[in-house]
Amino acid sequence: MMRVVTGNYAAAYAAMRARAEVVAAYPITPQTFIVEHIAEFINNGEMDAEYMAVESEHSAMSAIISAEATGVRTFTATSSQGLALMHEMLFIPPALRLPIVMAVVNRTVAAPIGIWCEYNDAMPQRDTGWMMVFVENNQEVFDMIIQAYKIAENSDVLLPMMVCLDAFILSHTVEPVSLEEQEAVDEFLPKYKPHVYLLPEDPMAVGTFTPPEYIQEVRYQEDVAMRNARRVIARVDEEFGEKFGRKYHGLVEKYMVDDADVVLITLGTVTSTAREIVHKLRDKGKKVGLVKLRFMRPFPEQELREIAENVKAIGVYDRSVSFGSGGPAYIEVRNALYGFDIPVINFLAGIGGRDVMAPDINLMFEKLYMAADGAEKKNIIWIGTRGVEP
Amino acid sequence: MMTIKDLPLEDYFTSGHTACPGCGPAILAKVIMKVFGKNTVIYTPANCLLVFGGTYPYLAWKVPYHHVAFENTAVCIAGIRRALKRMGRDDVHVIGIAGDGGTADIGIQALSGAAERNEDVIYIMYDNEAYMNTGIQRSSSTPYGAWTTTTPVGKVRAGKTEFKKDVPRIMIAHNVPYVATACISFPNDLLAKLEKAKRIRGFRYLQILAPCPTGWRFPPEKTIEVGRLAVETGMWTLYEYENGVMRINHKPKMIPVEEYLKLQGRFRHLSEEDVKRIQDYVKRKWESDLALCRAYGGCE
Ligand SMILES: Cc1ncc(C[n+]2csc(CCOP(=O)(O)OP(=O)(O)O)c2C)c(N)n1
Ligand SMILES: [Mg+2]
Repeated sequence: MMRVVTGNYAAAYAAMRARAEVVAAYPITPQTFIVEHIAEFINNGEMDAEYMAVESEHSAMSAIISAEATGVRTFTATSSQGLALMHEMLFIPPALRLPIVMAVVNRTVAAPIGIWCEYNDAMPQRDTGWMMVFVENNQEVFDMIIQAYKIAENSDVLLPMMVCLDAFILSHTVEPVSLEEQEAVDEFLPKYKPHVYLLPEDPMAVGTFTPPEYIQEVRYQEDVAMRNARRVIARVDEEFGEKFGRKYHGLVEKYMVDDADVVLITLGTVTSTAREIVHKLRDKGKKVGLVKLRFMRPFPEQELREIAENVKAIGVYDRSVSFGSGGPAYIEVRNALYGFDIPVINFLAGIGGRDVMAPDINLMFEKLYMAADGAEKKNIIWIGTRGVEP
Repeated sequence: MMTIKDLPLEDYFTSGHTACPGCGPAILAKVIMKVFGKNTVIYTPANCLLVFGGTYPYLAWKVPYHHVAFENTAVCIAGIRRALKRMGRDDVHVIGIAGDGGTADIGIQALSGAAERNEDVIYIMYDNEAYMNTGIQRSSSTPYGAWTTTTPVGKVRAGKTEFKKDVPRIMIAHNVPYVATACISFPNDLLAKLEKAKRIRGFRYLQILAPCPTGWRFPPEKTIEVGRLAVETGMWTLYEYENGVMRINHKPKMIPVEEYLKLQGRFRHLSEEDVKRIQDYVKRKWESDLALCRAYGGCE
C-alpha cells in the first residue's frame, strides 16, 4: 500500500509489520511520533503487542533486553540524549546475543541543547556491538527495519541493530512509502524462534557473573558475529529485493563509481543531495562518483578498498566530530584504506542540523579535484562554518 | 499457612555458593526459593547475591536466572513479565532480588516507574544497610551513626550523619497492591509474607532486613540475634500494607537500642549523645508507623 508518510510513521509501521511483541520506549523529540504511532496502533487493535510506557530510555532498553531474553521479538526507538542515557545498556544485547532492533532518529547531543540532526548520538555507540545502518529516505526506514530483524536474528549473527534516520529531514518529512502488507512481510520475516529464553522447564542463566576464563571468548564471538553480518546483510538485501523489488546493495551503494576520478562518501540524507550534484557534474564531463556508506557496523572495509583501487582522491562526509581527529566515518575510512597512497579528506558539514546544500557538495568535489592534483593539502575541512575558510 | 516446619526439602538456591559465613541475604535467598519453587524466574542486579550466587559456570540457582545491570531490576523483571504474558505463561513467578543500594539509591527510578505502572512482579529488597559488594559503602538505607568505608570514623566526623531512608513508605505512596517489611530472624512472619506475595497479582514490594556480619562487624553466629534485636528495639518495624490497609505484625518489646548497637562494630564509636539520638529516632519511628497504620485502618 503506497502512502505518503513521515519517517517516524514508516518506522512505527515497520515495527508493527515485523510483529514486535514487546515495545518499550520513552518520548524524545524527534523520535516521539514513533512511540505515539505504536501506541495508537496498539490501542486501535491493529497491533498485538505489550506496550511499556517506561520512565526513561535506560529503562526502555532494560525492559526490551529482558523481554527479548525471555523469548519474544522487541522494538524501541530513541534519539540523542535518550541514546546517550541508554549507553550502559547498549553493551548488553550484543554479548547476550539478543537480536533487538531499534530506530535511532539522529539528533544533536547537548550541549548546546538542540533538536536537529547530528550523528554525535549514534557514532559514540559504535563500539558497543550493535550493527548500525544509516538510511537515506523514508522507504529505506521501513525496509531496513524489516531487514534488520532478519539480519539480526540470523543464527550466524545474533546481534542487535540500530536503524538510524536523520532528525526532521526524514523523521518529520512526508514521502511516498510502500507500506507492505502483513502477509508479504510474514513470508519474508518468519516468526521469531528464540535461542535464549527464561522458562522454568528449561532453566537458562542469561547474564551471569563471569570470570576472565570466559569473557575473552564472549568478545571474540561478538567479533566473529559482526564479521559474519557482512555476508548476511548482503544476502538479506538480495532476498528483500526479490520479494519487494527494492534493493540497497548491502553495506555500501556505489553510484557512478566505476570510471570515477574522485569519489565522495556520504551517510544519510546528504546522499540524495550529492546524487543530484553527481548528475550535474557528470553532465559537465566531470568523472565524479558517490559512495553511500550505509553501515558503520559492520564496516565495509573490503568494498572501500576495491573502490580506492581506481580513484585519485576520496572525500568523506561526516555529520559529527571526534574532536581533534576528524569525523568518525573519515577515521574509519582511513583505517580501512591503510596502505593506499591517495588523498583521503574529510568534510565536516551540517553539524547541529545545519542544512547541507548543493553549493556545499559542489565545494566538496572541487576540493577533491584539488587534492587529487596536490593543490589541497588540508585533510580535515569544515564547510559552511562562520569565520572559517574551508 | 506455611511455617518453617513445612518448608520443602528441595532447594532452588543450593548450597555451595560463596557467601560469607552468617550472611543474612544468603539465608533469605534460600527461603525465597523454598516458598516460590521451580516455576520462578529470578533477576538479580549487581550486588553480593549476584557474586556469591555463582560465578560462571557454577551457579546456585536452579531456575531461569537473569542479570542485566545494577539500577534496573524493577524494569527488567517487568520486561520478563510482559514477554511471559505474550507467551501465555501466566503461571510463572517473576522475582527481582536487589540490595538496599540497588533499590533505595541507584534503582529507585526504575522501581518507582514499575510500581506506578503496577507491573505484575515481585520486588524483594534485602536490606543489609550498605553497599557490601563493593566494600561496605554507605547507602541511603544505612542507619544513622553507622561506620562504613565512606562514612569513616575520623577526627571531625564519625559515621553516617543522616538517618535511614524509609523506602517501604515510599512504596506505600505508590498505591501498589502489596508492601511488606520483614526480617530473616522472624521466619514465620517472613514465610507468611512471601506466601501472600506469591498469591497476589500486581506490583509487590518486600523489604527484608538481612544482617551482614562482615559489614556490620559482628561474629557470624550472631546474624539471627542481631536481626531479632533490630526488631525488638524498634529499629525495624514488621508490617504489611495490603490493598490500602496497613497492619503491624509484631509489637516490639522496645528494648533499649543500646542492646542492639553494642553487638556491632559499626556502632562502636558512638557517643552517648548519638545513642540518645538513635533512641529518639526509634521512638519517633514507632509513633509514626503506628500513626500510618491507624491512617490506613489497620491499627486501633
Ligand atoms: C552503574 C553501576 N554503578 C556502580 C556499580 C558498582 N556496584 C556494584 S554492586 C554495588 C553495591 C551494591 O549494594 P547493594 O545494592 O546494597 O547490595 P549489596 O552489595 O549490599 O549486596 C555497586 C556500587 C555498578 N555495578 N553499576
Ligand atoms: Mg546492601
